[in-house]
Amino acid sequence: MSSSSLTVQGLAKRYGDFVALAPTDLVVADGEFLTLLGPSGSGKTTLLSLLAGLVPPDEGSVRIGAQDVTYAPPYERDIGVVFQNYALFPHMTIEENIAFPLKMRKVAAAEAKKQARAALEMVHLPHIAGRYPRELSGGQQQRVALARCMVYKPSIILMDEPLGALDKKLREHMQLEIKRLHREMGTTVVYVTHDQEEAMTMSDRICLMNAGRIEQLGTPADLYFRPRTLFVADFLGESNLLPAALGTRVGDEAEIRLGSDGIPGRALANGQDLPAGSAVRVMVRPQNLGVARPAGDGVPGVRGRVSDVMVTGSLTKVYMEPLDRALPPLVAAFPTRNEADAIRIDDVLALSWNSRDAVVIPDAAASAGAAKAA
Amino acid sequence: MTMPRSAGRRAAPPAWRKPVLMGAPVVLLLLAFLVYPVGQLLALSVYNGEGFTLAPYKQLFSSSLYVTVLWITLKISLATTLVAVAGAYPIAYLISIAKGPAKSRLIFWVLLSFWTSFLVRAFAWVIILGRNGVINGTLMSLGIIDRPIDLLYGFGAVLVGMVHAMLPLAVMTMLAVMENIDRTLPRAASTLGARPGTAFWTVYFPLSLPGVAAAAIMVFVSAIGFFIVPALLGGRRETMITQLIIDQVQQTLNWGLAGSISVLLLTVVLAVFVLYDRVFGFSTLTGETAGATHNRDTAMRRLGGRVLGLLGSASDALLGLFPRRRPHGTGEKPAATLRVLVWAMLGLISLPAFLMVPLSFGNAGLAWPPTGFSLQWYEQLLQSPLWMQALTRSLVVAFGTGLLSMAIGVPAAFLMVRSRMRGKGAMLAFILSPVIVPRMIIAVGLFYVFAQMGLVGTILGLVIGHTVVAVPYVVMTMTAVLRNYDTRLDLAAQSLGARPLAALRHVTFPILGAGMLSSFLFAFATSFDELTISLFSSGGLSATLPKQFWDEVTLQVSPVIAAVSTGLLVFVAVLIYAADRLRRRSLAS
Repeated sequence: MSSSSLTVQGLAKRYGDFVALAPTDLVVADGEFLTLLGPSGSGKTTLLSLLAGLVPPDEGSVRIGAQDVTYAPPYERDIGVVFQNYALFPHMTIEENIAFPLKMRKVAAAEAKKQARAALEMVHLPHIAGRYPRELSGGQQQRVALARCMVYKPSIILMDEPLGALDKKLREHMQLEIKRLHREMGTTVVYVTHDQEEAMTMSDRICLMNAGRIEQLGTPADLYFRPRTLFVADFLGESNLLPAALGTRVGDEAEIRLGSDGIPGRALANGQDLPAGSAVRVMVRPQNLGVARPAGDGVPGVRGRVSDVMVTGSLTKVYMEPLDRALPPLVAAFPTRNEADAIRIDDVLALSWNSRDAVVIPDAAASAGAAKAA
Repeated sequence: MTMPRSAGRRAAPPAWRKPVLMGAPVVLLLLAFLVYPVGQLLALSVYNGEGFTLAPYKQLFSSSLYVTVLWITLKISLATTLVAVAGAYPIAYLISIAKGPAKSRLIFWVLLSFWTSFLVRAFAWVIILGRNGVINGTLMSLGIIDRPIDLLYGFGAVLVGMVHAMLPLAVMTMLAVMENIDRTLPRAASTLGARPGTAFWTVYFPLSLPGVAAAAIMVFVSAIGFFIVPALLGGRRETMITQLIIDQVQQTLNWGLAGSISVLLLTVVLAVFVLYDRVFGFSTLTGETAGATHNRDTAMRRLGGRVLGLLGSASDALLGLFPRRRPHGTGEKPAATLRVLVWAMLGLISLPAFLMVPLSFGNAGLAWPPTGFSLQWYEQLLQSPLWMQALTRSLVVAFGTGLLSMAIGVPAAFLMVRSRMRGKGAMLAFILSPVIVPRMIIAVGLFYVFAQMGLVGTILGLVIGHTVVAVPYVVMTMTAVLRNYDTRLDLAAQSLGARPLAALRHVTFPILGAGMLSSFLFAFATSFDELTISLFSSGGLSATLPKQFWDEVTLQVSPVIAAVSTGLLVFVAVLIYAADRLRRRSLAS
């Protein structure tokens, strides 16, 4: 992953007043699997279309390898695109579909046929070469679309929610399949999805987008454990976001005072360089939130009254209303056990967490207010 | 709570009752007023009142006249088909890729031509091409020619008029298929390395072929049974076969010969359809299956593929000669040249009818250019009892046709969409057959049967006749509407306590309202513009508007025609606009 295969600088796209993509920088390493994740309208598909050359940008540049392709049409870029609906040509056989890009590259017919067969072998569908797309199941069409894209070994493959139309089980299977093909081919992949689990499972890095800009770019663990913004913390997995005031820094941790009672605690500073006294949120994932019967009344700590208990299978989730009204409702999760000592609604529980599992995030609303005041 | 009890007490009706009740009216109508009359007419060609005879056929083939006319008819129809389909393709293509208001505008202009009376459009060419017409007048005033050149009454004039008449039909038929072509396919081709020309010829064009074929057969079959254009714009050498039938019926009353000519015409049409079914399959006619053609002949396919590939390379080479204006044209916006071309063609097909507007306000008659301003033609029109009675009669007949077609066609459409009965395909083909059988044959057959029943010259007769040709359109549009309707809404209503009829009244009909209105308008407009059946069945005295128009233009041409044409043009424009507004409002709610 040394050389970069894709470099995006200041790339932007507007439709009238609507900013589909604010000026964006992005570097994708050779052989990397990068996912563009975000809610609908976040700009991920716009970015993908700009990379594919399906839409012209308003400003900025795109380089594939060393070549500037900002204004190159799709057929002059060294890319492959897997479309959401697969876009197999209905009037061509599977083999003709897969040989199409080779034909466009003036590969001799016999050689194209051989390579198409080999590509079908790769996706485990050697027996369907003579069939038409409409005769295949959704999963098979998906594999053919992948084969058609891989057969000419483009330096980047762009995938636009390729698994969106498949059911859950098939989707999970195809996720592994795509990972396998990515490993075997060593091609750079830029993958668009709105499914956070899919992004976490498949990606080397995730580029989380929101409202036309990159919210955070990092490994799945980065985004999950060290979200830089409330949006990231909220979008990926469940999270408890406790309002707090920032205290002094102690190494890579920071002192915090939670809620209106100012309950003292510690959390990872998360590289945030905020002055002491700033309003922040402290994120604790549900599975890192410990619950216990309160030991005694003198000990300061966050207390919550149980409002609901749900067994979701392997996890049991406990929903609580904190006694301190300044804190939002909280949820704790732990492995479901066959215990007699079950937690009941209206129980009051003491909450605790390890400071290494708590992360400081700037409070967007508070900092927006501060910016306005300045 | 009371539902199960009352339902349990009543004996369940037999399962066959409902489909029979829904399908019977349309079947009976077509049996009585399509199959029987056409059968009668065909029988007349071999039965002379006493016994079997082949005399009409002897007459038919003894003189070279009929074979020659058939040959001319085929030649004109074929030429019309080729030009109309080629001209319609870029228009339909642009409409299929356009979005939003641009698309609505394009469709409006196509529909305006589509619904503007054939008579108005054909007559406009008389004005344009005539000795004192637009072209001669302009060329003379520019000093390019000294005396008028003969443009009318020749093959060229007929071809222009026919293409003009058929182009909108070709566009609408093609569009049904093109709209179903997945727009990501050409994009996918582009990402796979295909240049624009190659992407078009190897991916988009083959997928649009079923639409081209459907348009071609619709145009060909309509053209072969057309008589308005050759009668108004053609000379003796452009006589088409339907004109001979009119002559036989109206002048010589030779029913046997009329029947045998009809057999000839019908045979040709059926042969064309059989050929079409062999090559493309009928399913493509409904625009359902883009790209689902059977690729049976692989050698043909390979050859076709190679030709298309070459076409692609050639157009890419051609495109490569021009400097790239926008460095990244991939179909985001249709190319400017295409837009200019299409709007020029739309202007050309709309222009003739609009020429009638200045003429109708001039005081120099029908010569070009119009001079002065007067409302005299409108006054004459309003004071003419002939025109006013024809207008009233046409409105009554069209309204009656609309209602009857809906009453018969809507249940049939429900049956076609909802039931899983056997023989549905055959029944649909039967319901749609009035579109395929040349209108002239239906008209003559109906005239013969109506004469026996005393229905000639009656409003009832006209309503029945027009319903026969309007009901297929109602079934077609309603089937399309119903396919998009979620039947679970009915089940939801019924689960909430609504009986089937109540569910129909409170849920189904309100949602389908716009679609039903457009079906009604389709039937209304079909009747309002119908000439062929009215030509015979209205009798001599009780003319409809198109019949009155026809009599005027064939007997004595008066500028009142321009006023009538203008009125019809405005009427159609308002109708299309209102239907579109209604459709949008129902979509918005």
